[in-house]
Amino acid sequence: MKKLVKGNEAVVIGALVAGCDAYYGYPITPASEIAQAASEHFLPLGKVFVQAECEVGAVNMVFGASSSGQRVMTASSGPGVSLKMEGISYLAGAQLPCVIVDVQRVGPGLGNIGPEQSDYFQVVKGGGHGDYRNIVLAPSSVEETYRMTIQAFDLADKWRTPVFILTDATLGQMMEPIDVCEEPIQRSDKPWALDATAETNKNLVTSIYLDFDDMETHINGLHEKYRQITDTEASAEVYGAENPEIVLTGYGIVGRMLRSVVDTLNERGIAAALIRPQTLWPFPSKIYQQTVKSGVPVLSVELSRGQFIEDVRLSLPQHQVTWYGRVGGNLPELGELVSQAEKCLKEASNG
Amino acid sequence: MAKVYEKSSAFFDTFERKPSMQKTTHYCPGCGHGTLSKIIADQLTELGLQDQAIFVGPVGCGVFIYYYFESAAVSSAHGRASAVATGVSRANPDSVTISYQGDGDLAAIGTSNAIHAANRGENMIVFFVNNNIYGMTGGQLAPTTLIDQTSTTSPYGRSVLNDGYPLRMAEMMAGLEAPTLVARVGVNNPKNIRQAIKVIKKGLEIQRDKKGYAFIEVLSQCPTNWKKDPKEACEWIDEVVSKQYPFGVFKDLTDERGAQKRRSERPEFSAVAKQLGLVDNDDDNSTQIEIGSDALQFKFAGFGGQGVLSLGMMMAQLSMQHNMEVTWLPSYGPEMRGGVANSSVVVSKDVIGSPIVDYPDVLVALNRPSLEKFGPMVPENGLIVYNSSLIDQVPANLKGKVYALPATELATEAGTGKAANVVVLGFIACKTGMFKQADIEAFLAETFKKPALLETNIKALNAGWQAADNI
Repeated sequence: MKKLVKGNEAVVIGALVAGCDAYYGYPITPASEIAQAASEHFLPLGKVFVQAECEVGAVNMVFGASSSGQRVMTASSGPGVSLKMEGISYLAGAQLPCVIVDVQRVGPGLGNIGPEQSDYFQVVKGGGHGDYRNIVLAPSSVEETYRMTIQAFDLADKWRTPVFILTDATLGQMMEPIDVCEEPIQRSDKPWALDATAETNKNLVTSIYLDFDDMETHINGLHEKYRQITDTEASAEVYGAENPEIVLTGYGIVGRMLRSVVDTLNERGIAAALIRPQTLWPFPSKIYQQTVKSGVPVLSVELSRGQFIEDVRLSLPQHQVTWYGRVGGNLPELGELVSQAEKCLKEASNG
Repeated sequence: MAKVYEKSSAFFDTFERKPSMQKTTHYCPGCGHGTLSKIIADQLTELGLQDQAIFVGPVGCGVFIYYYFESAAVSSAHGRASAVATGVSRANPDSVTISYQGDGDLAAIGTSNAIHAANRGENMIVFFVNNNIYGMTGGQLAPTTLIDQTSTTSPYGRSVLNDGYPLRMAEMMAGLEAPTLVARVGVNNPKNIRQAIKVIKKGLEIQRDKKGYAFIEVLSQCPTNWKKDPKEACEWIDEVVSKQYPFGVFKDLTDERGAQKRRSERPEFSAVAKQLGLVDNDDDNSTQIEIGSDALQFKFAGFGGQGVLSLGMMMAQLSMQHNMEVTWLPSYGPEMRGGVANSSVVVSKDVIGSPIVDYPDVLVALNRPSLEKFGPMVPENGLIVYNSSLIDQVPANLKGKVYALPATELATEAGTGKAANVVVLGFIACKTGMFKQADIEAFLAETFKKPALLETNIKALNAGWQAADNI
């Protein structure tokens, strides 16, 4: 059943198809349509929707709902996600599943409401205090935003961890068709949850372990889980020439722009390929290592001044990886990206 | 011999959630928390609510409240217990949700969350343990610390000039409409304890009956941080603390309020589909339309309010119905408030890479700034349609084929100037040959449910179509 919707609305439709029980949020441009659509659809369906007093309140309501075994989500944009970080650390520490959407805007500070990808470090590297990770999914279309929202709830339940969906102002505001049907949902049993019955009287959800050894065991357990996630959940789309002389890489809105750039380069007789990570944590390093042959230059494009590229370079320590990007709310033109790729290729062949 | 008194079964026999010393509490000698815990436990047992109870612990001396109660529990970040309790209570409409918070937690770092939970009338009981000091972190100034009282961060005594006045939370909460019960009690002497038992029982009954929010402030002695022995500490509450924080029931609407049960349901997919207005449209117009190339890029621009966003949406929707890949991207933000707004649409036979339109194949400019801004970006084989009702001067640097369409006039003749975008849609559809007139009419019929409005828009469509035919 095809429906033409904004990326932000696709999040809510995905959440409903995934059986999300509750939405707690706070308005912020360019993410507000998520809260608006959630308020429109959750309440008539008998689901929980609360516009919280603040971002901090919203994420802690998510904490309470998730403790109770609900499928629950919140969404915001950079400044609001910064505020949520405390709660996200607690969610990770208490191993509570939930879905958090960051529709990235321009920063630092108030910045503006145009698109950027400058929350990469904040979202992918942690952001809150303590030694934890979040799964981060990076859609590049409205349909993928929808699909990944469904997937995010399953991953959150499967691994008992917060899952981020990292989009941006462009993806959130643009419309594309999505194909909505009933989907199989992997809803996990949650014997640890609090449900106000005698059976759960002994259940305790917490992130505090006073004893140092207990705490070390807990942290090591988290990291064993993170290792398993890294082994099983990393993914990326690879597109274009089979034996590329240049590889372009970028995620989200940039990833799909690079698809057009690859097409143009291939039309011009340059064998180009794209690696578009669909998970930013775990980062699909192995796919990079398998795709990029020795000596092939890489052009890494992002809407931030060198955040994403760090993970590309860590994945390809022997390669020349060149940064290109725009910030401030600007998107590069396709011609600009084609020129950058050609320049990168020329520099590589000059040695 | 009959037992006349025994330990509440709401308590663990041994405190198994406590890592060590499982027979004793973590509270200091003479502390009020223990007495309060005992009252809560007794009343949970008496009312048979232990299994329904879910405790939300704070940060502060109450952080380990879950050591003692054999009930489900969750510990929260500093100040966030009322927010966490909101999530717990909404997820568990049948629960007795207990948020247990201290004065730093509730009245300083978490004031906002506490007040808003109260203001929503959440089904929860909040115990606000006021010992006018930060206990757990080592005796720092609290918002409730008395004037001239010393603490480890007010070594010269609380000064009004520097620290403001002690906060009276119960009185503040009682000023809100939503709470059902707001009271302040003490646990420092038998008389106060008897009153506390009555009030706490009532607060829990309110939870049992789903009658909303109860706030019980408990003046509690902290001999350790007050640097008094337990007896002096208990007396100090009567002699000094309760002068600033008088005991009493400030609000009690128990008899007036009925049950307020909130919904938390898991509807079937069919209900979700109905709510979303999903229509089975897979079989519609399964053949793609002819667009003369693999993809067409459109830019629709004009003043905010001229309908350029919805014009783009109509183009996207119609193309989608003809099985084309489409993207629609709006300009948005401050420029929407009266400035130049635009939407970019890509219609393609195949997967669309970039949704950004820098060089449109088709530009619709409904006002002059749009024509000046985007006109020069249209390539030679491109198409420019401008609103000649509002634009009298065409820039000299245009390369594409230019059509003057008096869209506003034609729309006004059709019934409303607001339909200028539909005039343009008719014009473009005819010029590009993308859609049949009947397809657009059917689409308009789905969009405009009011017959008069539909008629106007169909007239506008025809006017645009004819204008294109006549050129």
